[in-house]
Amino acid sequence: MNIDIRSGNGMTIARLSGELDHHSAATVREELDRCILTQQPKLMIIDFKDITFMDSSGIGLIMGRQKLVEGFGGKLEVHRPQPHIQRIMKLSGIERIVRIV
Amino acid sequence: MKIINEIKFIMPSLSVNEAAARAVVSSFLIQCDPTVEELADLRTAVSEAVTNSIVHGYRNSGGNIEITVRLLPDRVVFIRIKDSGCGIADIEKAMTPLFTTAPEEERSGLGFSVMQSFTDKLTVKSRPGKGTVITMRKKLAAHE
Repeated sequence: MNIDIRSGNGMTIARLSGELDHHSAATVREELDRCILTQQPKLMIIDFKDITFMDSSGIGLIMGRQKLVEGFGGKLEVHRPQPHIQRIMKLSGIERIVRIV
Repeated sequence: MKIINEIKFIMPSLSVNEAAARAVVSSFLIQCDPTVEELADLRTAVSEAVTNSIVHGYRNSGGNIEITVRLLPDRVVFIRIKDSGCGIADIEKAMTPLFTTAPEEERSGLGFSVMQSFTDKLTVKSRPGKGTVITMRKKLAAHE
């Protein structure tokens, strides 16, 4: 799992690549939380384009980050999930809470 | 029922093994030439079941997880994930979408829902203090 985080102008983009499961989610959570706490972005984008696998651990990860970003008055968006990952997102109903682009 | 081929492996309940379990199951299933979607469904279902054993079954201890994959006639895939963890007292409750005993670990409570949606048949057998056995079946689409 690789994470590339860039911030500026109140916006943070985190590009994830690899497989997102319960094991890798722990590292991603730690990195994203560190960034959210220091940057307090108005808009946080998690780019899923290069995530090749995700199970329901990813849903927990997104929901947790959404709460944290919202706590600072910001919004979280999920960008470019692959079709199979979109199915899990749809099943979870997360699109009612987080904008998926 | 006749078993065409079978693989069985045992691994300790370490979270790093979640990816290994998916990889072994994927490699074994390649011989059936599944579609990309079918393979993704089964990989996800295995990942959910193995994670359940690690996070819930062996919550306060370690143990082994036994994974069996069988190829049955008519392109039916059978997968069994067995642990000797704490077991599930109320299976019906555990299978309720969004129910989780580990909210502090950001578990979404969707594991069984995903297993149900991505396979044709899911069976959960469990005895508190003894462990849990999850079996899943999925019929792969016929070849053209």
